[in-house]
Amino acid sequence: MTLTSLAQATYVVAAVLFVLSLAGLSKQETARRGNMLGMVGMVLALAATVVLALDVSERSVLVTALLIACVFAIGASVGIWRARTVEMTQMPELIAILHSFVGLAAVLVGVNSHLTESADAVHQVEVFLGIFIGAVTFTGSIVAYLKLSAKIKSNPLMLPGRNLLNLGAILASAGLLAWYLASHSIVPLLLMTVIALALGVHLVAAIGGGDMPVVVSMLNSYSGWAAAAAGLMLSNDLLIVTGALVGSSGAILSYLMCKAMNRAFLSVILGGFGAEGGKAAAAGPEGEHREVSATEVADMLAAARSVVIVPGYGMAVAKAQYPVADLVDKLRAHGVTVRFGVHPVAGRLPGHMNVLLAEARVPYDIVLEMDEINDDFPETDVVLVIGANDVVNPSALEDPGSPLAGMPVLEVWKAAQCIVFKRSMATGYAGVQNPLFFRENSAMLFGDAKTQVEEILTALRVGEGASA
Amino acid sequence: MRIGVPAETRAGERLVAASPASVAGLIKLGYDVTVESSAGTQASFLDEQYVAAGATLGDAAAAWSADIVTCVNSPADADVARLTTGATLVSMMSPQSNPALVEALNARSVTALALDAVPRISRAQAIDVLSTLSNVAGYRAVIEAAEQYGGMFTGQVTAAGKTAPATVFIIGAGVAGLAAIGAASSLGAQVRAFDVRPEVAEQIESMGGVFVSAPEAQQEVSADGYAKPLTQEQQDAAMRVYAAEAAKADVVITTALVRGTAPTTITAEMVAGMRPGSVVVDLAASGGGNCELTVPGEVVTSDNGVTIVGYTDLTSRMPRHTSQLFGTNIVHLMALLTPAKDGVLALDLDDQVQRGMTVAHAGEILWPPPPVAVSAAPAAPQGPSEEELVAQALAAHESAQRKARRRSIGYGLGAVAALLLLSVADSATVQHLTVFALAVIVGFYVISNVKHSLHTPLMSQTNAISGIILVGALLQIGSSNAVVSTLAFIAAAVASINIFGGFLVTYRMLGMFRKDAP
Repeated sequence: MTLTSLAQATYVVAAVLFVLSLAGLSKQETARRGNMLGMVGMVLALAATVVLALDVSERSVLVTALLIACVFAIGASVGIWRARTVEMTQMPELIAILHSFVGLAAVLVGVNSHLTESADAVHQVEVFLGIFIGAVTFTGSIVAYLKLSAKIKSNPLMLPGRNLLNLGAILASAGLLAWYLASHSIVPLLLMTVIALALGVHLVAAIGGGDMPVVVSMLNSYSGWAAAAAGLMLSNDLLIVTGALVGSSGAILSYLMCKAMNRAFLSVILGGFGAEGGKAAAAGPEGEHREVSATEVADMLAAARSVVIVPGYGMAVAKAQYPVADLVDKLRAHGVTVRFGVHPVAGRLPGHMNVLLAEARVPYDIVLEMDEINDDFPETDVVLVIGANDVVNPSALEDPGSPLAGMPVLEVWKAAQCIVFKRSMATGYAGVQNPLFFRENSAMLFGDAKTQVEEILTALRVGEGASA
Repeated sequence: MRIGVPAETRAGERLVAASPASVAGLIKLGYDVTVESSAGTQASFLDEQYVAAGATLGDAAAAWSADIVTCVNSPADADVARLTTGATLVSMMSPQSNPALVEALNARSVTALALDAVPRISRAQAIDVLSTLSNVAGYRAVIEAAEQYGGMFTGQVTAAGKTAPATVFIIGAGVAGLAAIGAASSLGAQVRAFDVRPEVAEQIESMGGVFVSAPEAQQEVSADGYAKPLTQEQQDAAMRVYAAEAAKADVVITTALVRGTAPTTITAEMVAGMRPGSVVVDLAASGGGNCELTVPGEVVTSDNGVTIVGYTDLTSRMPRHTSQLFGTNIVHLMALLTPAKDGVLALDLDDQVQRGMTVAHAGEILWPPPPVAVSAAPAAPQGPSEEELVAQALAAHESAQRKARRRSIGYGLGAVAALLLLSVADSATVQHLTVFALAVIVGFYVISNVKHSLHTPLMSQTNAISGIILVGALLQIGSSNAVVSTLAFIAAAVASINIFGGFLVTYRMLGMFRKDAP
């Protein structure tokens, strides 16, 4: 039994643990165990690799060991620091920047693989692909990070002929692949890297803020494929398996997000919502809306039996999840049934709302998915729409000409009363007017979501004091 | 401007046109409010509460001399005389049946806004006091019926035997009828309801009632929200339904009031066919009554022991909530009339709602207003014909088939291409690709089961495990080539950030999810 075969055996165990880890994440009850299994798998894989790396070291073992220790010191200090301090509203940014790290590592590993291993057509294709995917992931994730953290504007960047630009970049890369195969020179490889880096920037720059859930899951997928490609070039099955798992995970998430927006994956990737016509309906129906005050909403809530809260990105922006959680506690203490209805694309990350609500200590079993709650709206007394817009737009179902047509939405207008928390009457991400606001059973509560929810809470407390 | 809220003068009236909460709403719009002392006492609103809300108290003269006067009922002649010239009066005034009042108001150049002439369109619903009053009246009708009825509404099974639930039959599913359906069914009665407009069936069912269907007695969808006059055949059929249902019912509530007049729905003969002890509540008593035996304002008992309630003051019997809702209607109206929220009334006669309720303005009688075409139910859309639909479906089916065929051809070509490529690759690569393909499939099945609520932890967890690329970098770190070693070091460092950060943040997030305490 050699060290290599022992390492291979450990890798098999690690791969199985990773599969079990992701399987564990499918349910709340087993999620923590899944997380642990992943850690154990990682520890095993890394331990085996460190032993192997020391064994194959071409230099003094001590230097190599020192370097590896440095690597872990850096990783542990930065990683632990970020993980501890990150706010849940910033999760999308953190995840985006972590994707970029995988991309960067894939590029560097690819270049190294080119430098250290002999020329062989299959290997060359693998190196080339690995670097290409890694580079796109790297810069794409950095742009996504900048957009999500509002360091740059999240509006889609519309370059003229941008689809041609993308196509040109891919064709040029294919040409460079031919050159690389013929020459095994590093020049075409580096040229391609530059093109791929630019392509990554351009791809994500062309996508607007509301499509970010798709982009982040897409980049998640890419980071997986990049790892898988690295595995192929290094002939490392653990890398291949893990990369494939992550890649398919991201792909499924992207698919789910696209389905939830009723949009083709390609049209999301190729940029701007409604940019290809269909924007004509932007004006949409107009009408009169009714305004309510926080006190009136408090009265309605106190009298309601069943309340559903529909949160959106606006709730995260206003950091209103804490007062919302207090409100939920208060209402539930009064015997009001309170539940949350979460649209799959609410927020900037798949499942983002769930994490924010969990952080505010809202029990997860009252946070329901769209399909679970849509049938219950007719029996609901009051719906609070906090910072959501397009996901509650009735024209998605009723107006075949709307850019949102066919998108599954939360049917909040079927409730007896619907209160919409909003800053102004501005349109949502899709730039479509929302007829919900003008319905008879809708009323608008303007202002900052957090302040308004706090005012409702105060009003409820005052009401309590009066009746006590 | 100053808004005056006088006490109601009609005998027995307990309502008031403003509650402390609505006074606060009016003040927010920029108005000063004067409330007549004790105006709200009967509705359980004390003078102190009005003062706390920002109103000043005054006598009747002070309230009637305000720039804007708002009250519930049509003012008496003496009160009209107390209005200042050019003032605005907001109240119910039945302009149709009370032309003398309109004349009198106009003679004093009063701007008269009739709350009972608000066009019945969606936009105006927030100021429609008739809906408010009907709603309360419908609810109260059930309460009156429950008081007169000698039994329990809900069915019970007790050790001493069981009682059947009361059967309540409601004629007319307008606002009042629907409120009555809701109140009766929440008391546990079995509610049946009839309306000549078939489109209300869904509303009846949503309130907990059973819609009595009688196609020969029901008409087409109406344009203005009111029932149209019935043909003789329809009327006869409807009467047969009423007779049959009344005979089975313990309580009958009639709500048919078309523009102030009450058609007869329950004849003396039908009452005679009812069981002793059953109750008829006639919500249309003010218009003469739907039941032939109704005596407006009184409770009478028929020869066969059926009680007929003909109260005309049902809304006054719930003064607190009626006044509260009425007051809120007024606030909504004033908000419409005060777009600048500066306490200055700006009447816009081009606005359908404002024009509709303006009876007199600037010395001119504006009654009746031009007709308003509204739809209570959306007109049936001009859909494509049946043949077109069939053709469309066929075309869609064909294109789907074509697409599927094209897709299978594409898949086939792809498989052949992959096969060719793999056959030239060496066996080790093929092995790796096999592992890759299998892992992708496993990944798809495993991830498909992940709950939506766990997608964010899933992403950070996959983030962490994709840091496994560190394995590749670690093996390169010991290279004797300094460039390779440096690049590998950087790659390993960033990948290890992923591993530590990803796992920890997932751990942190999962720790936040908690189940509801049982």
